[in-house]
Amino acid sequence: MKNVVEQKVLALNGNEAVAYAVKQCDVDVVAAYPITPQTIIVERFSEYVANGEVETAFVCTESEHSALTACLTASLTGARTFTASASAGLALMHEMLFVTSGCRAPVVMAIANRALSAPINIHGDQSDTMAQRDSGWIQIYAENAQEVYDSVIQAFRIAEHPEVLLPAMVCLDGFQLSHSVENVNVLPDDVVKKFVGVRQFPKVLTHEGKLAPLRLDPENPMTMGPLAFPNYYFEFKRQQEEAMKKALEVIKQVHDEYAEISGRTYGDGLLDAYRLEDAEIATVCLGSTAGTVKTVVDELREKGVRAGLLRIRAFRPLPVEGIRRALEDVKAVAVMDRSISFGGQGGAVFHEVRHALYDSEKRPLVVDYIYGLGGRDTSPTQIHAIYKDLQEIAKQGRVEVPVKYVGLRE
Amino acid sequence: MSEEWKFTAKDIAQKPDLFMSGHRACAGCAPATVMRLIMKALRGPTIVTHATGCMEVVSTIYPYTSWAVPWLHTAFENAAANASGIETAIKILRKKGRIKDQHVDVIAIAGDGGTYDIGFQALSGAVERGHDFLFVLYDNEAYMNTGIQRSGGTPLGAATTTSPAGEVIPGKLEPKKPIADIMVAHEIPYVATASPYYWRDLIIKVRKGLEVEGPAFLHVFAPCPRGWRSDPSKSIELSRLAVETCVFPLWECINGEYQLSAPSKVIAMAPQKKKPVKEYLAVQGRFRHLFTPKYEKLIDEIQRITDLRWQKLLKKCGLA
Amino acid sequence: MTVKEKEKGWKEISIAAVCWKPSTEFLTGDWKTYKPVRDLAKCTRCLLCAIFCPDGAIQWNADKNDIEFDYKYCKGCGICANECPVKAIEMKLE
Repeated sequence: MKNVVEQKVLALNGNEAVAYAVKQCDVDVVAAYPITPQTIIVERFSEYVANGEVETAFVCTESEHSALTACLTASLTGARTFTASASAGLALMHEMLFVTSGCRAPVVMAIANRALSAPINIHGDQSDTMAQRDSGWIQIYAENAQEVYDSVIQAFRIAEHPEVLLPAMVCLDGFQLSHSVENVNVLPDDVVKKFVGVRQFPKVLTHEGKLAPLRLDPENPMTMGPLAFPNYYFEFKRQQEEAMKKALEVIKQVHDEYAEISGRTYGDGLLDAYRLEDAEIATVCLGSTAGTVKTVVDELREKGVRAGLLRIRAFRPLPVEGIRRALEDVKAVAVMDRSISFGGQGGAVFHEVRHALYDSEKRPLVVDYIYGLGGRDTSPTQIHAIYKDLQEIAKQGRVEVPVKYVGLRE
Repeated sequence: MSEEWKFTAKDIAQKPDLFMSGHRACAGCAPATVMRLIMKALRGPTIVTHATGCMEVVSTIYPYTSWAVPWLHTAFENAAANASGIETAIKILRKKGRIKDQHVDVIAIAGDGGTYDIGFQALSGAVERGHDFLFVLYDNEAYMNTGIQRSGGTPLGAATTTSPAGEVIPGKLEPKKPIADIMVAHEIPYVATASPYYWRDLIIKVRKGLEVEGPAFLHVFAPCPRGWRSDPSKSIELSRLAVETCVFPLWECINGEYQLSAPSKVIAMAPQKKKPVKEYLAVQGRFRHLFTPKYEKLIDEIQRITDLRWQKLLKKCGLA
Repeated sequence: MTVKEKEKGWKEISIAAVCWKPSTEFLTGDWKTYKPVRDLAKCTRCLLCAIFCPDGAIQWNADKNDIEFDYKYCKGCGICANECPVKAIEMKLE
């Protein structure tokens, strides 16, 4: 790549990578509330503010619900806004997630994935963001601190894109990724500032009969957040869905544009396939576990096993076509779910991967492995066992048990 | 400055309505009058944000809007959080030269639901952070928009759909939460109560609230004929009776100093002018059950609490 | 009431549900059963009715140097009649 910019390497954990990226993105308002394991993001950012390193208004709200509200309304007033949360905090924001998407506010949020109560658990699993997959937010799951840094920057561009205008969350596994220090290549400030640019506003028709930029502005008064009866509500939801469709393209475009200057790619931006081209058996997973799986895949390949991995980077919008094309030639697929949809026979990723494959003429066998709930570690040995299972399933040509649990004590 | 602002009824009547006609409030809705009066008190560029509730719903039925100013609603419990975000954005965007460098007033408006109960956390947080905004509570003393359910602002003995007057229970058993005093305890620069009958007093208080740098809280009494089972033509009269009976006294607390407003001061100076609460209760169907032998003792209790709170207020104003 | 027009599709309306009609296009005058009628001789132009009207249906007309009742919006609540200090307004059955 020709235009790759010179970058310096910093030792940052996932949370610090988030804060550093936000520092560079010319964010106007950060309204946040602390929750383990995201606290470092808000703490680090408040240090930048206290040292005058950013021109950002930092508001310590009294709850996550108010944090997202303040980010939403600041965004509708024209500010570029950011917040971060996890687990119970994200759950508390639930109502406002839908409102933010409905108001088409391009708020960016980092989520340090953490288990939901009860019982209370502060460690990493993906149940918090999986529970919000219907909310109309773009969801990007990062594998390592480098990707966290890159994704936060890209998220502002994706969210603010005139054909998208949806809020976006960048997800990093709690503790595993949020607190692990890695080498992160960071771009120079001016390069990032140029990449994210200045917020643009779409024009909307107001009650004064004018087309005016979508912003709370005394020069162009408009009413936002009205009551829409059954005769209109449906149309706005269709608009949001259209924006999600457009986001599939936009995520790729922004990823590619960013790759030009950073020299880094993550698959095509939506899906990151690892040694999948001729794979007979493969796993699907999101987030940092992919790193461990890649090690196992390499070990298996050494032994001549045609193993592969599909890491889903963009979970919303779901790259249905991409998943189908990537997996339909695989004989047996193990979806690794770091969350569970109680009563639904498996986890969300399992359901959605099966959905993506349903219309294919070729029918890979798909099984679900629920793993790592409440921050439980999953070892390479356990992942080897999954691939062993897959070999068996591929040989038998059928699935005995659709949903299994990794590392669960019976 | 509000001190220098002299206006006649004609001045007010001539100001164009920024809360426009054609909204779908009930006939005789005092909160609608309150909205109109608030909008007559504006002094410059203003952004208004609402909590979910009667006024929000009746005035913004897509694609129609009654608001001639920038206006936003997001949810029920966060009018004050809405205002926090808007006010913060304006400050920083002005600083960064992204928007016109002019002051914009921010007003958060909520009903008693969005203030006393579900809205309290956001309100308390926003004023603690010292955002520069005015919070107006239009108090119709129940969750009216969802069908007259009791709130923390419902007074003792009032019948609502979740505190009905029945065979064994005479309506709400708890007294009205003293919300304005709670806001005084937050040590904010300006807290006041107002009533639409005393329109001049209300308009000046809105203006004062806007002028204050920092959080200001205005508690406005706003009768609801539907929920109170009163005649639609009596809504403004009820807002006068409430003051004359001292059920809802008018006062200001400026930087911690309580000050009785003229309509209530008149009564403090001439206690014979204080009307018995019975006169106020008799006009409302929601207190009808108190005029039966079974529950009439409650009227005495209401009178007792009213007098107690009135005496406390007089003491705070240095008039006891 | 207001004439019902053909409602727009999702591709036609602006995003984010921003309202595009002032409520003044929605006429609430047909809600009333009683309408306020003013005795011009008694009226002192104190303007309290114009101030108290919840619907802004009584407006000052500078050219006429008088108030005007806009029956297109008046819901017939009777607050104006109740508050008039000289009882110049009577609520008459429509």
